Amino acid sequence: MAEERFDYSYDYRTVLLFIYSALFWGVVGILIGLWISVQMWLPETNIAPYFTYGRLRAVHTNGLAFGLGVGAIFGITYYITMRLCKRPLLFPRLARAQVYLFNIAIALAAISLLAGATQSLEYAELEWPLDIVVVILWIMFAINILGTIFTRREPQMYISLWYIIATVIAVAILYIINNLAIPAGWLKSYHLFAGVNSANVQWWYGHNAVGFVFTTPILAMFYYFLPKSTGLPIYSHRLSIVSFWSLIFTYLWTGAHHLVYTPLPDWIQTLGIVFTMFLIAPSWGAVINGYYTVGQDWEKAKNNYLTKFFILAITFYGLQTVQGPTQSLRIVSSLIHYTDWVPGHVHMGTMGWVTLTVVACIYYMLPKILKTEIYSIRIANLHFWFVLIGQLLFSITMWITGIQQGALQKAVNPDGSLKYTMVEIIAKNYPYWQLRTLAGVIFTIGMLFFLYNIYMTVKKAKSKSS
Amino acid sequence: MSLHQLIERNPLVLILLATITVLIGTIVTMLYPMFRPEMHPKLEGLKPYTALQLAGRDIYQREGCFYCHTQTVRPLKTEVLRYGEYSKAGEFAYDRPFLWGSKRTGPDLARIGGKYPDEWHYKHFENPQAFFPQSNMPKYGFLKERKLNPKQIEAHMKALGFPYTKEEIEALKDKTEMDALVAYMQVLGTAVKKQ
Repeated sequence: MAEERFDYSYDYRTVLLFIYSALFWGVVGILIGLWISVQMWLPETNIAPYFTYGRLRAVHTNGLAFGLGVGAIFGITYYITMRLCKRPLLFPRLARAQVYLFNIAIALAAISLLAGATQSLEYAELEWPLDIVVVILWIMFAINILGTIFTRREPQMYISLWYIIATVIAVAILYIINNLAIPAGWLKSYHLFAGVNSANVQWWYGHNAVGFVFTTPILAMFYYFLPKSTGLPIYSHRLSIVSFWSLIFTYLWTGAHHLVYTPLPDWIQTLGIVFTMFLIAPSWGAVINGYYTVGQDWEKAKNNYLTKFFILAITFYGLQTVQGPTQSLRIVSSLIHYTDWVPGHVHMGTMGWVTLTVVACIYYMLPKILKTEIYSIRIANLHFWFVLIGQLLFSITMWITGIQQGALQKAVNPDGSLKYTMVEIIAKNYPYWQLRTLAGVIFTIGMLFFLYNIYMTVKKAKSKSS
Repeated sequence: MSLHQLIERNPLVLILLATITVLIGTIVTMLYPMFRPEMHPKLEGLKPYTALQLAGRDIYQREGCFYCHTQTVRPLKTEVLRYGEYSKAGEFAYDRPFLWGSKRTGPDLARIGGKYPDEWHYKHFENPQAFFPQSNMPKYGFLKERKLNPKQIEAHMKALGFPYTKEEIEALKDKTEMDALVAYMQVLGTAVKKQ
């Protein structure tokens, strides 16, 4: 095949700009996370009106899900798509414009949330003018991704591209429907859906934001970068096929597990729980594929520092996708729902699975783009251990305190009266909330090692080229 | 060539199949229920929010109260004991969006209406720690300093199609955000008769 000489430098620059933007918002989001973790045990750190827990929490979740998460997804997905399609992006300038619009949108999102403009829908807090900007960003992304895939120079689409296509479609459907609202001013709207129906639409969206922002694009990265960094082919193509289709089929049925024991009709709750249990199978399809891929030669795990990032990430994914379905069971839900157990669960997915995969992709991709080596594998190893310890400490303390909260709320005296008041239960959480802040600090130190390593790698590449 | 190889080589086919695949669960669990009456029940005693109550609900949303307080009592023994009658689907017909929340750092508020006198709420919002030294709730005294904007609230009432009178809107100009939030607290759960 006559290899045409493509110039990727412009598109790679766009990818890098997305990565740098994602890292910037990641720092902002993590620092706000630390702050609100302190607010849990030191209410004096609430600075009304703009910096109370109620407003900062949305900046934390949106900053990390959309700023770090989606920013990294845009950049890394473009990189993967170009590699797998063997051509540059179809619309390079559109992608570059997307970087700038993305940063403007995230900045405006943060400001509007601090100002209290919120739809009060978790992970869909942004008010309607910003929703329109998000939809425009997503259309820009879809045009470039699908356009590049349609004009690809490699006939077969690798697994990662299937996951990317599913992401592009599903996020568009989810985001647009759940954000349908009646505008009542420039920064105020009311959900188009009311009451029970509003809850059902929101959690159909909410859980699939997990499915199609924190799962499918991350699996696309995992399936691409794991073989790349280990040099080992994916263990089973058939397993990839089966788990892909069953995953994207099942996810959409599961939202109601967020509404167990609420006034939502029982049949929708039960359907949600059943499909959530089934979701273990396709999730573990990817876990097994990951493990058996590296299992072809475990030496690679020793020799290549990136292998352990991917293996730990997929391990967290495996744990997450068993714990999640367990939580959906009515008996378990009645104990741990509405407690700190749930943030413990969520952060295993975000700090463990998503962030570990994303940083490993950046470790692989950045030196390739800059035509250099990573600055320090030693620092990367330190980064690994810090985030692992920080993440485990975070989740384990929250699981313990969550069970405690649930159990104390259920505790009754022999005469049948309640044993504890709410404020007595709150008082017992303080040591765990303080430990959680410590866990966050350890995780943050790990991420600072990462940022330093990236900064020095970029610096090294610059001094080499000049 | 196997069937899946065909899919792997045709993005259009993949796009169509993936779209259909994600739409099945969407239709069964989200779209279809929307057309069933059980998703749109309304208790007899339920009334739309008054202008002052809605202003309070807007503030409850703005301040992110739902991140720490739920508004749904589960049909569990100790929960009913702690908060009162469990939540009914028909209580939320005027709630856009629902504010059931997902975390109970503080207590559930679905049955808070009428539990304490207004005066208690004013003082508690200003300084929760004065009542409960171990509470980690932020102080919301600044709401007392802020006047309501009647024009804005009228626009909100219109958007939702809630009935109101000119006098009701007029009267808002002397009210503070704190007045509104307390009015909202006091209406929560009142559609269900106390046992």
